[in-house]
This record gives sequence, C-alpha cells and structure tokens, in this order.
Amino acid sequence: MRFNEAWLREWANPDIDTDTLVHQLTMAGLEVDAVEPVVPAFSGVVVGRITSCQPHPDADKLRLCEVDDGTEVFPVVCGAPNAREGLKAPFARIGAVLPGDFKIKKAKLRGQPSEGMLCGASELGMEDLIDGLLELPEDAPVGTDIRDYLGLNDTIIEVDLTPNRADCLSLRGVAREVGVLNRVPLNEPAIEPVAPRIDDVFPVTVDDAEACPRYLGRVIRDVNVAAPTPLWMVERLRRAGLRSIDPVVDVTNYVLLELGQPLHAFDLNRLNDGIRVRRAQAGEQLETLDEQTLELRDDTLVIADGQGPLALAGIMGGRPSAVSADTRDLFLECAFFSPLAVVGKARSYGLHTDSSHRFERGVDPALQARAIERATALILEIAGGRPGPVSGSEDAASLPAPAAIELYADHATRLLGSPLRNEEIVDILQRLGMDVSEQGEGHWRVTAPSWRFDMAIEQDLIEELARIHGYDRLPNRVPAGTPAGNTQYEHKVPLRRLSDALRDRGYMEAITYSFVAPEILAQVDPDHPPLALLNPISADLGVMRTTLMAGLLTTAQRNLNRQIDRLRLFETGLRFVPGEQELTQQPMVAGLLYGSAAPAHWQSKPRAVDFYDLKGDVESLLALSASEDFRFVAATHPALHPGQCARLERDGEIVGYLGRIHPRLAAQLDLPADLYLFELILEPLVTGRLPRFQPVSEFPRVQRDLAFVVATEVAAGDLLELVRETCDERLRDVQVFDVYQGEHIDQGYKSLAMTLTFQDASSTLRDDQVNALVEAVVSQLKQRFNANLRV
Amino acid sequence: MMENLETLVSEALAQVAEAGDARVLDEVRVRYLGKKGEISALLKSLGGLGPEERPKAGALINEGKQRVQDAIEARKSLLQEQVLNARLAEEALDVTLPGRGEMPGALHPVTRMRRRMEDFFLRLGFDIAEGPEVEDDYHNFEALNIPDHHPARAMHDTFYFGDGRLLRTHTSPVQVRVMKAGKPPFRIIAPGRVYRCDSDLTHTPMFHQVEGLLVDEGITFADLKGTVAEFLKFVFEVDDLPVRFRPSYFPFTEPSAEVDVGCVSCGGKGCRVCSHSGWLEIMGCGMVHPKVLEHGGVDPERYTGFAFGMGIERLTMLRYGVNDLRLFFENDVRVLSQFA
Repeated sequence: MRFNEAWLREWANPDIDTDTLVHQLTMAGLEVDAVEPVVPAFSGVVVGRITSCQPHPDADKLRLCEVDDGTEVFPVVCGAPNAREGLKAPFARIGAVLPGDFKIKKAKLRGQPSEGMLCGASELGMEDLIDGLLELPEDAPVGTDIRDYLGLNDTIIEVDLTPNRADCLSLRGVAREVGVLNRVPLNEPAIEPVAPRIDDVFPVTVDDAEACPRYLGRVIRDVNVAAPTPLWMVERLRRAGLRSIDPVVDVTNYVLLELGQPLHAFDLNRLNDGIRVRRAQAGEQLETLDEQTLELRDDTLVIADGQGPLALAGIMGGRPSAVSADTRDLFLECAFFSPLAVVGKARSYGLHTDSSHRFERGVDPALQARAIERATALILEIAGGRPGPVSGSEDAASLPAPAAIELYADHATRLLGSPLRNEEIVDILQRLGMDVSEQGEGHWRVTAPSWRFDMAIEQDLIEELARIHGYDRLPNRVPAGTPAGNTQYEHKVPLRRLSDALRDRGYMEAITYSFVAPEILAQVDPDHPPLALLNPISADLGVMRTTLMAGLLTTAQRNLNRQIDRLRLFETGLRFVPGEQELTQQPMVAGLLYGSAAPAHWQSKPRAVDFYDLKGDVESLLALSASEDFRFVAATHPALHPGQCARLERDGEIVGYLGRIHPRLAAQLDLPADLYLFELILEPLVTGRLPRFQPVSEFPRVQRDLAFVVATEVAAGDLLELVRETCDERLRDVQVFDVYQGEHIDQGYKSLAMTLTFQDASSTLRDDQVNALVEAVVSQLKQRFNANLRV
Repeated sequence: MMENLETLVSEALAQVAEAGDARVLDEVRVRYLGKKGEISALLKSLGGLGPEERPKAGALINEGKQRVQDAIEARKSLLQEQVLNARLAEEALDVTLPGRGEMPGALHPVTRMRRRMEDFFLRLGFDIAEGPEVEDDYHNFEALNIPDHHPARAMHDTFYFGDGRLLRTHTSPVQVRVMKAGKPPFRIIAPGRVYRCDSDLTHTPMFHQVEGLLVDEGITFADLKGTVAEFLKFVFEVDDLPVRFRPSYFPFTEPSAEVDVGCVSCGGKGCRVCSHSGWLEIMGCGMVHPKVLEHGGVDPERYTGFAFGMGIERLTMLRYGVNDLRLFFENDVRVLSQFA
C-alpha cells in the first residue's frame, strides 16, 4: 500500500513529524518499507502566465512568449505545442535548479533572448499527461512557488502489510490506524447518496450468493470520458503508483485507494440481457483488460451477460466490455465477493491485481453502498452524466457477520506475561472501533467493526491489546524450568564429531542443493529413478538427489575449473530414494578426495591420493563408534572403478560405498580419473558402544612374522579373518606388513606378510603353544586359500 | 724426589692441556696416574724416606696427583662440551621452513553459525529435533493454520511434486511433528534445510532455518521476548544489542512479532546493509496459535507456548560479513577455507 502523506493527513493529522509517524506505523505492525519525496528536489519554479505568444522568426517549432512571474515579465523561447497566450504553467526563473541539477540561465535560442523556462510535468519529476507544458488551472495564483501550489513538499509512504491487515489496504484504513495510535479524530469526507436523475436499471442476477453476497450496480448515462481528470486526483494516483487512464477508471482506482473498495465500470452499451454472477463453464473464454485470452475453469466466479463472461469476479474486467474512448453510458459495479470465492484464482490464471489482492484478503462488507455513492459523485463531478438509482442483489445471510468474542483479562495476562489494566483494555478496544460490553469483572463480550473481519478468537483481541499497548512496553523474561528426560546418549556419536573428524583430516564441508540435474544422477546412480519436482527452478535442479555424490562431483568440477589442484570435500544431508511404498529420506555423509595425499611440502615428494588414503579417512570415522562390526567387501558401484571399490557393511547391512571414480564417469564429467569418493549412511556410523574395561595382561607378548604366497585375487581381509577364526583369544593382533609381487613370486601370485601377536592373560606362552597356533593358521590358510608359507 | 714431582706434575698438566680428545686424555691419565703411572710410582718410592719425612712427602705427592686429576676432569668436560657443541651445530635446522602434515579443513559457514545457534539453546535445555524435507501439505500448511488458498501460501513459493507432497518451505512443520510424537513440555529447536521456488540476488531455492518451540504451562510473550533477546545478544556477542519486537502476522502464532536488531554493521547509524534504517530484520516469532497446539494434540487451555523461526544464512552473512548469499552454495574452496 502506497500513498502520499498529505492525503493521509487530510484524514488523520496527528501533531508528529514524518519520521515519528513512520516509526509509529512500523511499530504498530504496518511496516513502512519506503519513504520518499513525491518529486525530486528542485527550486525556483513558480506559477507563470503567458501574456503573449508569437512565432519565432527563425524556427518553425519555437515560439516567443512573454511570461509574467507575478513581479516582472520575461521573454521566453518555448517549443511546447500547447504554449499559448493566457495559459498558466510552471515557470523556472533564472537561477532555478530543476531535477537532475539542471540550472536555468539566460540564453539565446536561434538569436532570441530567453530568460527562464516554461515546464512540462516531467521536467518537475511528475508524469506527463499531455505533450507539452503542464497546464495549471485558471485560478492558479501567479508567482506562487509551484511546490507549494502543487503540494510537492510531500512524501510517499509505502507500507508492507501482512495478509491479516486487509483493513489497511486503503487510505481510510491507514488513517483509522493513525487515529487509534494518536487519539486523533478521523476526518472522513462527507459521502451523500447521489439522487438518481434517470430511472434506468440494469438487471442483475446472482446465482451464487455465497460467493457474491452483495452486488450493487448503477447506470450512469452521458458521461464524457474525454474530460480531463483533475490534477489533484492524477497526482494522488501517481503518488500511489497508478497511472491516469480516463476519468472513469481514475475514479474507480481513486475510490479503491481511498476506501479500499474495488469497483468496475462496464460500457453499458456493450452489455446484453442483464448481469449474471455465476460460475464459469469450463472452456468459456474471456479476453481480459490486459489483452490475454483466458480459458476459464468451472471453479471461477465470473460476471457474465447473456453472451458470456464479461469479467473475472473481483479480479479483472474483460476488454470488450471495458470503458473506452467511445463510451457514453456506464454500468458501475460495486460488489462484495467472499474471499473464499476469489482466493487463489487470480494466481491460477497468472494474474494479480489491486482488486484481487483486496478481495482475497477481505474487503469491508459494509462498504459497498458508500463506495458506489462516492464513485458516482466523483464521476459526475469530473465527467458529468445522469445517474440512475443503485440497484442490485443482496443476500444478508451470506454476508460475513462479526463474531462476538468473549475476552477475559486474565487470559490476556496468561498470554502476555503481565496484566493490562481493565480500563486500558476497554479503551484500546473501543479506539479500534470494537463494541465492548462488560459481562463481569475483567470479562467482556467484544464485537469487532465490519472492517476488522480478522477478529475471530480471543487471541486475536489479545494481540490487538499487545499491539496498541506496544510490544516494547511488555516485559522480558527468560523462562525457568529444566527439561525432563535424557536425550543425550553416550553411545551415540554426535554428527558434529564426525564432521569435526573430517574437518581435522583436511576436509572442507560443502552444502549443495538437494535437487540436482537428472543427467548426473542417471550417470552416478542409474538404479534409483529420482523424485522429480513439478515446478523446478531450472531443469538442472529438477530432481531430488538419490546420492550426495552428485553434488560433490559438481562441486569438484567447479573448483577444478578454478585452478584448485587438491580437493577434500564432504557433505552431510538427506538423500531421497523413492521406494515401492514410500520415499526414504536418509541422512548420509559423503566425501570426495583428489590431488596430493598431503599438503605440498619442501622436503617430501608429492604423492597422489589413492584408495587407501580414502579408506583411512573412512576408517577414522568408523573408529569413532568403537565398533568392531564393520567390514569392507570388494564390490561394484555404477559411479566407481570396479577394481577399486569397496562396500562397507555393518552386521551384514550395507552402510555405503567407497572407491575411485569410474573412468567412464570421469570422462563424461570431464573430471580426473584419480578422484575418490565415499558415501555412507549416517545411522550405523553414529551408533557406537560404551567402553568396556579389559584387564591388561602382564605376561610377555610373542610375535611371529609369516609370509604366504597366494593367488593375486585372494583378499587380504579374508586371510586375516581366517587367521582370527583359527586362533583363540590368545591372538591379540594380526597386521599385514608387506604385500609383494615380482621377482621370486610366480605370475598371478602375491606374497602377503603378516605379524601375529600372541599373549595369554594368565601365563607366559611357551614356544610349543605358539607353534601349535601358527601351524593351525598355516594349515587352515593352505586348505582354504591354497596359501603357501614362504620360507 | 720432590723436584722430580714438580717436573712430573708440570709435564702432566702440559699434556692434559694439549690433549685433543678423550682418548689422548686417557693416555695421559694412565701415564701419570695409572697404577704404573709415573706419579703413582713416586708413592712407591716413599719407603726410602725417613718416618718423619714420609707423611709430608706423601701429602705433597697426593696433592700433585689431585692437581693432575682435577685438570684431567676439567679437560674432559671441556672436550665433551666441544663434542656436543659440534654435534649441535651440525644438527641445526632452518626452523623457518614449514612443518609437515595435514592442516584442518573447514566447516561450512552455515554449519558454523548453526552450531553457535544450537549452543545457546542447548544451554537453555532445548533439544535438537529433525523432520523430513519432503513434507506433506498437512504438516507444512494445514496443521500450521494455513488452509488451502490462504494468502500466506502465496508468500511461500512452494516446490511441489504433484502428488500432495512438497518440499518444506520452513522448519515449522517440525513443531507439529514433535508435539504429535510426545507430551508437553516441549523445548526443541529444529535446524535444517528449507526450500522456496525463488532464485535471484537475494534468494536461493534452498536455504536453512532454525525453528524453536517451547510449550509448557505458564509460558508467556515475556518468555519469548526474553529468550529471543538473550539469544541475539549471545549470537552477536553484543551485550547492549538493541532488539525490538514489531507486531506482525504468521498464521501459526498469535500474537506474532518480527524481531529487529540494531544494525551490527553500522551500530544503528544507517548503512547499506540495513538499507539506512539502522535496523536489521532477523526473525519471526510469536505465541503458538491454539489451533496449532490442537493439531499437535496439546490442550491449549492448559498449555501455552512460543515459537520462532529464522534464516541461518542471514545471520551468517551479518556475522562474518559475507556479502553474497549465493556464495554459500557455490562451495568454492577459496571461500570455504576461510571458515576453518
């Protein structure tokens, strides 16, 4: 809602300056978004009168004028087509400074002296309605400063209203609020019914009285739509952000701004058989004022005549029935449409109008009779015409009735935290126009005025009390009390801990969009068709990610294009995997690794990361849960190199995958082939266990190094597992310390060397005991994996 | 004999002084003080002296021996010191060369701010709650008192999937889920991703919010104001931070408020960051609407509560001086690395 301050002050004029007024509105919930002067700064311009006007001897389009500024007469060369003797227009004297820091100096134009400039509206920062000088009324006092005469020392205030405050979508509404806040009276213009001069009535039928409880109309004949809209109205419209169109449209817009009631004027001679307010039939067409042809749905309320829809009720009129330059006779519509009948409809047709904005939020249901009289009077004043009587349709039962709300002082205290005095409660409500009837001590029955249709429950009233009392005058307190129950479990690893671990290993956290391009998902995770957005912001953000790898790969592309040569990235967040029954929204952690294994160092040879760097990072995450149930298994994944990919399992359940990027994917994404990825389900990682103390053995440890030759494809993990299975708890540890292929080892085989550490809890192990264990290991490995002990 | 002693001691001392390393020094010691050493030999010759001369001569010899011994010890320390110094010199490094090993990476600035926000509320006994990001219409709108076609829906620019599901436009649906899943009192915050179909200089289609909910007996607007004011002072580490509450409207709270803080960039004088108003709009909040309590299965006659919601990115930008929202989702490591 945009309006000029001077207009507001005609309605309610508290003794406070603009800044205070603006602050007051903001703190009352009518947030002021902008305050700006109605025109840019300029000076030295007065009302001038052209006393004579002669052709320029040497220029066809210029004229030589004599201009009286009230004290002297100056020669002025002027090119405006409407310059003529007797015209009053803004006159910039020598020394005037116009907007844009344009200084007026003595000049000669085609040899003729010019001492000053006659101005058009746009030269003063206003809107040009005609090509040429701004024509001032005959009675404009010559010599008066134009800023004073046109009221240009004024500000435009723009208020950003919340959807519940539709009552303030008018000057009347804002003024009412200013009146309440400052205890000043509201100076409403007198609105008298206009006596009909003709009997003509255009018939109206309302099919859906619930959607349109009141529809008023009036015929006005012999209107002169060519009459100029007076400057004061044009200026108020302009200051509110509306352009002047013709006097009829201008008046309907003016009344909309002034009272908050949208009106529509039809060209009476383009209407057939009477008005019918009805639902559209599916497929009916309407060409709207903005010249689009809409195909209507049957949920849409329309104003129709015998031939079809004329207007979208409460939203926009149709072009064929609109007032045009040929219009002589009007049918003026002033209706109340129920918000439910209008809401969402404009948007569904891609429209948003001042009218739909108001009807969706609600219009004062008691306003229509006054508004149509106001509009009629203004039309007659400006464009003449002969009015008929107001007629139409009304279904009182369908009109919204204000609720009677029970209000208790102690309920207000309960919500606000401090009591308001009973007198203040009553005073605030009465200032707001509410009807308050006392039911007992601290108990009232309150009925809101017709314009406060947002008042429905007791809390609505309490909010009004708080608002007018002032939020800042209510107390502050930090709530006492302690929460019950335990929500921090020691066996759970907080997500923060995982993120910190990765951070400390050099990873940077990325946050990428949860929606990604379908193409990259098809490459990275082709087995899970993603959930697609109906209205994506763009095609490359069209589907919900089924894997966090997609975002990390895109992030890597972007960074590698910026000359970054070492990447360690991680992200946590949900993946969205559609299932047969339902969507799984699963918290994940994923990482990406590329470049040198360690930061560059002057002493060390750089080494590129490999699978085992990746695995080490993953293992460091697993270590946080202190669980021994994790297992890495050779596996395949569409995004990963089949020979360098592991699946992580916990108790046989898949936790995730890690490995080198598949060279085909790398090529498709234009990424390097030695890039590594992991993605793990968070839940198994954060579920750990409490430490359980084990007594420390004081008996000596015995270590044995064994090397086995096995076929290349035998997994070390399988060998180690078998070693553990074969031995009992006396085997404390087994570690691989060397893997070798080459000389002395046959093609297709490898040597795998491991250290076995034995220790007994209650005695010193004898050689024969250790030998027995080692022999069992050797024999089991031979039997299961054809592993031969290397000697 | 005594002249001989003087000569021997002088010789020995001269040789000690000349000894260049521990081995030579030891040879000197053996030569003069060893069992068969030359000075030791003098002691053996004491027998040839008279009983009254013997003690005096013995003392003299022992004194000479001691002088040589002391000189050897001193020389030994000196030599050891020299050896150590040589080694130290040899082992000296250029300590200005860089060290080795991995440096910490970084948390995303939004995570960093989110943790700070969480820390305040964890201290007040709030728990962290989570909810789905693909939501249904009921939890995102209906249960929050935003019925179909409510004008507030138009402000949300919702992403839809076409089957009734949508991407949550705020973290408020977590309120309802938490209430339905438990019994009052509730003290939770719900940080997380939210989505709106809007993308320009100051909007990204995904961003983060933190929702807060406190429902208990006797909770008032004063508790809301106090909690929020303390929170903002904590986040910005400004004890006298101006905080103001303006009436506003959210369908799921009543009374509702917008919260402004005095501009942390200019101190309230007016600058580009605060559009010359001196104030920054930080969050929305209010007393939980009775209909929302009812949707959560909470008796509004017995319980009251407050709720608030705020964007994490905005606070992050203000706190760290980030001037472009879109940077948060570009994940440029040159930017990320600034938030180690």
